[in-house]
Amino acid sequence: METVTKTTVGDSGGQPIVVRVEDLTKWFPLKTGLLKSIFSTEQPFVRAVDGINFEIHRKEIFGLAGESGSGKTTTGRLIVRLLEPTKGKVVFDGKDITKLSDRELKPIRRRIQIVFQDPYESLNPRMTLKEIVAEPLRVQKICKTEDELEERVKAILRDVELVPPEEFLYRYPHELSGGQRQRIATARAFVLQPDLIVADEPVSMLDVSIRAEILNLMLNLVQKYETSFLFITHDLAVSRHMCDRLGIMYLGEIVETGPTEKVIGNSLHPYTQSLIAAVPVPDPSSRRTGDVLSGEIPSPVNPPPGCRFHTRCPYAHMRCTSEPPRLVDVEPDHKVACHLYDGVSPSLS
Amino acid sequence: MPVLDVDGLRTYYKTLRGDVKAVDGVSFDVEKGQALGIAGESGCGKTTLALTILRLLPSGAKIVAGTVIFDGTSLGSLRDDEIRKIRWKGISLVFQGAMNALNPVFNVGDQIVEAIKTHEPDTSSKEAWRRAEDLLETVGIERSRATNYPHEFSGGMKQRALIAMALALNPLMLIADEPGTALDVIVQAQVLKLMRELKEKLNLSMILISHDLSILAETSDKLAIMYAGKFVEYGDVKEVFKEPLHPYTQGLVGAFPKINEPRKKLLSVPGSPPDLLNPPTGCRFHPRCPYAMDICRQEEPLLKNEGSGDHQVACWLYK
Repeated sequence: METVTKTTVGDSGGQPIVVRVEDLTKWFPLKTGLLKSIFSTEQPFVRAVDGINFEIHRKEIFGLAGESGSGKTTTGRLIVRLLEPTKGKVVFDGKDITKLSDRELKPIRRRIQIVFQDPYESLNPRMTLKEIVAEPLRVQKICKTEDELEERVKAILRDVELVPPEEFLYRYPHELSGGQRQRIATARAFVLQPDLIVADEPVSMLDVSIRAEILNLMLNLVQKYETSFLFITHDLAVSRHMCDRLGIMYLGEIVETGPTEKVIGNSLHPYTQSLIAAVPVPDPSSRRTGDVLSGEIPSPVNPPPGCRFHTRCPYAHMRCTSEPPRLVDVEPDHKVACHLYDGVSPSLS
Repeated sequence: MPVLDVDGLRTYYKTLRGDVKAVDGVSFDVEKGQALGIAGESGCGKTTLALTILRLLPSGAKIVAGTVIFDGTSLGSLRDDEIRKIRWKGISLVFQGAMNALNPVFNVGDQIVEAIKTHEPDTSSKEAWRRAEDLLETVGIERSRATNYPHEFSGGMKQRALIAMALALNPLMLIADEPGTALDVIVQAQVLKLMRELKEKLNLSMILISHDLSILAETSDKLAIMYAGKFVEYGDVKEVFKEPLHPYTQGLVGAFPKINEPRKKLLSVPGSPPDLLNPPTGCRFHPRCPYAMDICRQEEPLLKNEGSGDHQVACWLYK
């Protein structure tokens, strides 16, 4: 097997920052009944994303991993501004885009694209594949003539290996398999040659045999177009394969972040460790014997006080129940938010 | 004697354009307390195979040939009311998409009670309710939650409740269609662990169906790889993973990103599964096979023993 040679593995330095997220927060107000809203002054919120920070460099693939309900998808949507943040900033190419008006945002939208999870729902069934892929080009008025437009569409279809492209141009999504649909969604995201692509669980709806093809395709395109990538997934084995750096999310917070090799190879946070232990190993002779984390992710309406993970953590002690841990450097470029590592931090942070 | 013995099973869907050969000559057996994993891509016939065993096929489908012998009884020749007694009591099925398989307007306990009282009408309501609570406890849900409605359960709890329901009548065999799909990693790991424990505790025979080889690696004893309606490889799960023989199996095993190994370029199986209306001649895998030879296009390979134990493969590379 050929090893993937990626220049950016483990070194994020050198390359400029494409997007930086500062204290990003999204609270969704919870609807309450009439009586409750009269007699209670407190408005409950779903704290989907609660003050997270990270940055993505040029040509880098940054992964966000965690269970459902940890806020990964909301984070992705905040970055492409499909949602308005409650608080915090998304700084894209040096500019805070959270306050921009729709008109000011349009040139930015050309540079940030998204690939959704479910290719059966993200493609308009009434549009031909050509129209689907050409739509971003039309919206942004990129091509002057129809011929130029068709050439751009054909070129990107070749890139996503739907060949010969002429055969696909006038087909409809229902004529395609799940893998081919996700190729079209990928083509639509790459056709504008954006600087940043958010991919929200792009392979979780696909059969395992097809997953590998789509992942390889995305890696190739990222290299070819030098795009930065935010890769959202719940599967740590996939993120290990795809990402240069990783952030592990739990209940709206990032609990561990750093280069993929360190976060997975030398995971420090008990939550990261249990996520890794939960990945099924495709090798029956090394069947997992360790304990599986019990319980489920608590409600983000009333997150537990202190460290949010303390209700499920095997190492929780008194301090974890009251004092929230801060995200601190444990070794260079490897941050973790856990009281177990507080003692190590002062010298480094 | 095996609990389940399937021989030469063929199930076709009748369509205007011809027969879709979803299951086309499948034979296997499952011993007491053994778990067989069946792996394959979407559309390879694995769900149809499960439905055929229990004769739960939709009206357009027809069992063309083959026998299914369960615990000494041939299921193919049973009358409708007789097979109804086998379902759930003999072989029970945990359907794919478990999230949506519970009735939203009845509480979970009542849904289990309904199954018990239908099959064992002599049971008193009180006794049935107690059994429902016991079952929930077996799968790790508190007894008091029996009065909850499905919307009060999380995805993982619904999946557990369905497993509890499937076990309500102490079946000899459990068929689980995609038991881990659509669940989060941690919840999936919890459910798979539960299935393993139940198998040990109750000495259950199981058939587990999934497209995800890693799920089957964790839960099965024997593994069958299904492609375009046929088994192309069969054997002890350890053997198949250690030495996958069929090029399709090799592709599937190589397609996994592994968490405990360095980054590698993933292998993949290029192309897509064939149209089962007109399956390719010869070996059905030949249009996607990197090693295809002339004989593969003309003659169909049969499952033959190869290597150690009962490891079998249907491929012309092995003569």
